[in-house]
Amino acid sequence: MSEKKFSKKHEWVSLEGEIATVGITQHATELLGDIVFVEVPDIGKSIEKEGQAAVVESTKAASDVYSPISGEITEGNKTIVEDPSSVNTDPEGASWFFKLKINDKGEFDSLMSKEEYDKFCKENPN
Amino acid sequence: MQAQKTALYNIHKKLGAKFVPFAGYEMPIQYKDGIVKEHISTRTHAGFFDVSHMGQFFLEGDETLIEALEKIIPADLKSLKINHSKYSFLLNSNGGIIDDLIVTKTDGGFCIILNAACKENDIKEISQFLGENHKYHLNNNLSLIALQGPRSVEILEKLIPNVSNLKFMTGNKFSYDDENIYITRSGYTGEDGFEISISNKKVEKLINFLISNGVKPIGLGARDTLRLEAGLCLYGQDLNEKINPVEANLKWAIAKKRKDVGGFNGWDKIKRLLTNGSEKIRVGIKPEGKVIARENTKIFSTDDKEIGLITSGTFGPSVNAPVAMGYIQSKFAGIGTPIKLEVRGKKYGGKVSELPFYKKNYAK
Repeated sequence: MSEKKFSKKHEWVSLEGEIATVGITQHATELLGDIVFVEVPDIGKSIEKEGQAAVVESTKAASDVYSPISGEITEGNKTIVEDPSSVNTDPEGASWFFKLKINDKGEFDSLMSKEEYDKFCKENPN
Repeated sequence: MQAQKTALYNIHKKLGAKFVPFAGYEMPIQYKDGIVKEHISTRTHAGFFDVSHMGQFFLEGDETLIEALEKIIPADLKSLKINHSKYSFLLNSNGGIIDDLIVTKTDGGFCIILNAACKENDIKEISQFLGENHKYHLNNNLSLIALQGPRSVEILEKLIPNVSNLKFMTGNKFSYDDENIYITRSGYTGEDGFEISISNKKVEKLINFLISNGVKPIGLGARDTLRLEAGLCLYGQDLNEKINPVEANLKWAIAKKRKDVGGFNGWDKIKRLLTNGSEKIRVGIKPEGKVIARENTKIFSTDDKEIGLITSGTFGPSVNAPVAMGYIQSKFAGIGTPIKLEVRGKKYGGKVSELPFYKKNYAK
């Protein structure tokens, strides 16, 4: 299993070669509540670092999902579009949002480690 | 201004509530289970809602009280039998809805349940029509608990014998723990259920009984998804002072006798609209697929003309699809009319739908 990094906007990224997988964290799903709608980006779309990439909606509200890393989309997860509630069940595993071919590994390296992210969530509970 | 708290605030906290500011109160939006589970448990079992932020407004007076109230409320209060309730409105002189409400005939007067955000203004509006022989007060010593869902009746009957005899939209006094409490068979979910008016001192005991009988606490989040599936309006979103009952598709709530005879605020305009129809009207909307059309989503015709606006929209857990309601030009209001919805700059398909989205189970 490759290393996972985390953003302050509650996304996670894992990297295999030059392909990054991005999803939202368990903590994010707890804040959002029941997820009822997901939109993922189209293949080929180019995404900036911290640019809006996907949409997630709970019964309460709609939120943007940002990409913590820049690159070109290679895949969106159709399973979570079909069954949005699966994001609540396995946010950091099978329910990833999109994959992208990255431009700059330095962007990945600068993200938070698991320990740093957990500490960040404790200090910023909302 | 400091947010107000209901008598059950500490109980909500213990039950794991997440609070939000609502109409000047700190209210639970959800508990540990979350909105979807709370919604489903209300539909399949029973749930309780603390709606003590709503105004319980009591009026007393001689026969002139009815005349006074009928100037601002288009219900047939003269014919309303004791312990019977009606859904109605406060209307302004232009026929716009100042608030929507439930009015119940009591011994010697009326009790009106007012929306929390409107209650102070409502009392100002009503009191303009009242005279020296009319007394009124907003009772802040009472809590209001809604118990909703198919199991409500058997559970409450265990605590309050004979409560099962109440028919939908009627109420009565019952004795509980050496106190008189007032219960109506009514609600805001599309399910059978009750609304219980009980003193702030005794409400905790009632809640403990409900919890020990498996009734789950339900927050404002699920209250919203339940009422929207049931096709019921939320004041401030689906209704406001610029919208009249004809546009709101609520003309059924104006008493037949009052439609003919009038004598209430805005009757001239409402009478015209009843004859000629209104330019826009409230309808149900079913978006295609899974896209959620929330409040302020623009509605377009299939040839891309803007024809309306969504006022409430969410995901309906029992319908298992997105549901919405909004105002649309009347010529597009036919059930099944295809429309488009603009969400995040993209247009998605949808259809005008029958209301309610979820079939009601009231005890008639």
